[in-house]
Amino acid sequence: MSIASYTCPQNREQVVATYFLEHRAKLLDIAAFLDRLDRAPPSSAGADFREVALQQAIRILTDAKPQRVARILSLLSDYSPELPQSAHGMKGASGAVRLVSEPDGILSTGGTPS
Amino acid sequence: MKYIDPHIHMVSRTTDDYQRMAQSGCIAVTEPAFWAGFDRSSPQGFADYFRQLTEYEPRRAALFGIRHFTWLCINPKEADDPGFAREVVSLIPSFLQSPTVLGIGEIGLNKNTRNERIILEEQIALAEKHNQLVLVHTPHLEDKLKGTRLIMDSLRASNIDPGRILIDHVEEHTVGEVLDRGFWAGMTLYPDTKMTPQRAADVIEMYGSERIWMNSAGDWGCSDPLAVPKARLEMSRRGHSQALIDRVTLDNPTTFLSQSPNFRLE
Ligand SMILES: [Zn+2]
Repeated sequence: MSIASYTCPQNREQVVATYFLEHRAKLLDIAAFLDRLDRAPPSSAGADFREVALQQAIRILTDAKPQRVARILSLLSDYSPELPQSAHGMKGASGAVRLVSEPDGILSTGGTPS
Repeated sequence: MKYIDPHIHMVSRTTDDYQRMAQSGCIAVTEPAFWAGFDRSSPQGFADYFRQLTEYEPRRAALFGIRHFTWLCINPKEADDPGFAREVVSLIPSFLQSPTVLGIGEIGLNKNTRNERIILEEQIALAEKHNQLVLVHTPHLEDKLKGTRLIMDSLRASNIDPGRILIDHVEEHTVGEVLDRGFWAGMTLYPDTKMTPQRAADVIEMYGSERIWMNSAGDWGCSDPLAVPKARLEMSRRGHSQALIDRVTLDNPTTFLSQSPNFRLE
């Protein structure tokens, strides 16, 4: 299915006028969260996989390519082929997966987000 | 202005919520069977829950002029124990005679386990045997994409027309595949972990308004029983037409649900 273009009834200026303050606040929330992490002493376990995934997702925001939400959700998705028999003893969902490092230093989910 | 909230767990909501929903234009709700926040200790607990859904809740809704319909199943979380789940599933056929039951739901996967999938497929078979509509729950976070694909594979292995199946809790990375495979798609508007009214309006702009609806999935957690009227306002302030707003919050639910002879708004 192709993504329709110019389907928002507002022009760019109107979109900014409607949503700028709301998303300015959300951006500041993310910045505050990163600052909070800086103030938190490191734990012995090293960087949490969720923090790594979030840093990777933030790059998508600035790469000027379309479908940012879908690509971030795909980055945060589990592509493992295994199906456990039972959920017994499994932890709750965490919202991210452990990203594996590839030779060029790019992080990926270790699957094909197609 | 009228709307339908096609996925909300009213057993977890107060009567005040019915009142506020009615004041906001809600004319009908459909309530899938779900996890109560704790595992029931016996199949009898489900029999009582099914009675609440089919007998008590329609009466409570009617006090505010809201039509109440329901879906029955064992939810994916408690389906992870197949022996227990089969006992619950065996209770369902007698409740399918109730005049407000629309189908089997919300079935699906929770942790994407083999046990959950076994019971999912047995409940798909139950829906097929009794010619019922199907409402599908998909996992919420990193499990969603994998779970949605597994569920669609199980559904396509049955003989149920995908046009009689709604896959709920879609997000931007799953909605395209769900629609491409012929299913209906539901967007759940939730304050924290799911889609916002803004993103739901975005999805309509990207994927169109065919075979798609939105719901609050209001339940015992942080959720908003007025999420659908809020999404209507969001679409309106963005400049979408009243016809489009009505299509996704009233006409589309009516079209899908009317495939069940039990769904009547009059
Ligand atoms: Zn639900």
